Amino acid sequence: MRVGVVTFPGSLDDADAQRAVRIGGHDAVPLWHGDHDLRQVDAVVLPGGFSYGDYLRCGAISRFSPVMAEVVEAAGRGLPVLGICNGFQILCESHLLPGALIRNDHRKFVCRDQRLRIENNRTPWTSSYAEGAEITIVLKNGEGGYVADQPTLDRLEGEGRVVARYLDDNPNGSLRDIAGVTNERGNVVGLMPHPEHAVEELTGSGVDGLGFFTSLVVDAFA
Amino acid sequence: MARVVVDVMPKPEILDPQGKAVHGALPRLGFTGVTDVRQGKRFELEVEGEASEDVLASVREMAETLLSNPVIENYSVRVEDDA
Repeated sequence: MRVGVVTFPGSLDDADAQRAVRIGGHDAVPLWHGDHDLRQVDAVVLPGGFSYGDYLRCGAISRFSPVMAEVVEAAGRGLPVLGICNGFQILCESHLLPGALIRNDHRKFVCRDQRLRIENNRTPWTSSYAEGAEITIVLKNGEGGYVADQPTLDRLEGEGRVVARYLDDNPNGSLRDIAGVTNERGNVVGLMPHPEHAVEELTGSGVDGLGFFTSLVVDAFA
Repeated sequence: MARVVVDVMPKPEILDPQGKAVHGALPRLGFTGVTDVRQGKRFELEVEGEASEDVLASVREMAETLLSNPVIENYSVRVEDDA
């Protein structure tokens, strides 16, 4: 499959995301924030980093970049979209996902190997995992606190839209230990930790993140 | 030219780590009696012509789409006098 990886000014993890896409068995298609065209990709990854310097709010300016108009439109038609860290923030600012990400409750940047539980394996990004699988991938953020109002949180829980939850310590004060969520249709996933940094034994804490990139198979979301 | 000010504040129920940090620092500097601090943002928009109702409506739209995130923040719009 052709998986587009968007580079915004300030993206840091675009090259790692492209590499993870290739290790996952797909073609990585570089996309530029100024593009008006998704180049016929079958899925899109919004990588981590500090798009547009994260000025104003994380992801607030990126949400209005030309490529995001295409992403929002395509996501509405069911295109699988994965936003990692800053990409998750962009998806929330774009209203593709509910809630928002605020500064960590302890006010410190955190960088560590984080244990997670995959709560929903019925998305195009998590179908490789067993439901309830416990994995360890890298987490690194300063504004990773997931917040939403109580009715929204209840709806997310009730509809099984919490995709991943923090195990052990909650690293950033995210409500209900939420590490990742999906939209109503299940094609758009936002995740705060970084699976793209855990796809090779040589450079990561393991290969637990690879599943996010091998899950994209045609019948997983046909 | 007119100046329109948009104040953006975190909603009361949303944790404000920045305000908390400032609140924590005040007593260390000897300032006592402050029971809470919330930190927000102030935007000063210079607009062409008068700050008419149309202009203010457009500023409110800016505040809702870009300047604030309604999920976590409230905003207010006012015209500032030149004085």
